[in-house]
Amino acid sequence: MDKKVKIYSTPTCPFCIRAKQYLKDNNVVFEDVDVSGNQQAAEEMVSKSGQMGVPVLDIDGEIIVGFDKDRISQLLGL
Amino acid sequence: MKMYDLIIIGAGPAGITASVYAARKGMRLLVISRDIGGQAAWSGDVENYTGYQFISGPELAAKFEEHLRRFQLELREGETVIDISKDGEQVVVRTSENLYQSKTAIISSGKSSRELNVPGEKEFKNKGLTYCATCDGPLFLGKKVAVIGGGNSALDAAIQLMRIARHVYVINNSEELGGDSLMREKVLAAANVTVYNHTRVKAVLGEKFVGALVIHGKGSEEKLGVEGVFVEIGLIPNSQFAGGIQKNEIGEIKVNSLNETSAPGIFAAGDVTDVAQKQIIIAAGEGAKAALSAFNYLVQHKFSS
Repeated sequence: MDKKVKIYSTPTCPFCIRAKQYLKDNNVVFEDVDVSGNQQAAEEMVSKSGQMGVPVLDIDGEIIVGFDKDRISQLLGL
Repeated sequence: MKMYDLIIIGAGPAGITASVYAARKGMRLLVISRDIGGQAAWSGDVENYTGYQFISGPELAAKFEEHLRRFQLELREGETVIDISKDGEQVVVRTSENLYQSKTAIISSGKSSRELNVPGEKEFKNKGLTYCATCDGPLFLGKKVAVIGGGNSALDAAIQLMRIARHVYVINNSEELGGDSLMREKVLAAANVTVYNHTRVKAVLGEKFVGALVIHGKGSEEKLGVEGVFVEIGLIPNSQFAGGIQKNEIGEIKVNSLNETSAPGIFAAGDVTDVAQKQIIIAAGEGAKAALSAFNYLVQHKFSS
């Protein structure tokens, strides 16, 4: 898997946990950015996605809001 | 087409417990759910689930899921059920993607957040307006936020947010806050919480993100500057897809003490039903009962296929 995957999440959001589990189950290496209490990361997420809901995935610059399994698997070729 | 013994719709506390019971009975089982954990996964602190003096909602939901995944069962996550009906002795479940057949079914699809229905709500959804304090609360560190509602879920959101936000306004449309007295006391004692009783939300304002709320109190309208709005005004049952099944006046599926619905072979459990009290532990217990009833139905009925 060559694509750079970043996930903006909070520790308590169920769909963040599901999204991360989905990536792990498919052996996708990803960077997990906890936006709770990290203002800078939170702002980065908001400016990239234009909204404030978590999770947000950044797959090689493509932004996915929410745990959209179909788009994630499509972009990663899973 | 494959014939299942049991299809369980929804994987919250009721659906997961039903799955555990059904799997242990060796039933051919399919679980269809939009998510795992249901409302439990969105709850803050849980202090009344026996065996855990204190556990967070997401942690309890993770325990439920761990228990569910111990069993080899078919799980269709992310699929939305759009119809359930009887075709002779079979139950037919239609989702956005597929059609399934089963001998029995359990509807345990829970409840979803009720919307405010005011101008600005749709535009600012996820742009400062949210229905999940547990999920999105941490993004409002040091900000001014409003919680709309006055019951337990609103108090739960306020308690979570008063630890994160600079100030929490609770906008409650009745005379006084409802909910549990313990939670109410926590909210009322907090220095950074202001409660507006007898107050309604008229609109959500902002540019790109939420900037203010228009609230209407006793005869006066006021603009309240907030960056976050947490809507906690109750829930509606996810029973729309069950068109042919009897419901009560608020859309909850009617069940008897065996969790039977008006359609033979279709059972229901948890918050989607008219059972008294909506609690995690009650939903779980109802799920167990429904699975055992479905099992008994299978044993007692002769199926031609």
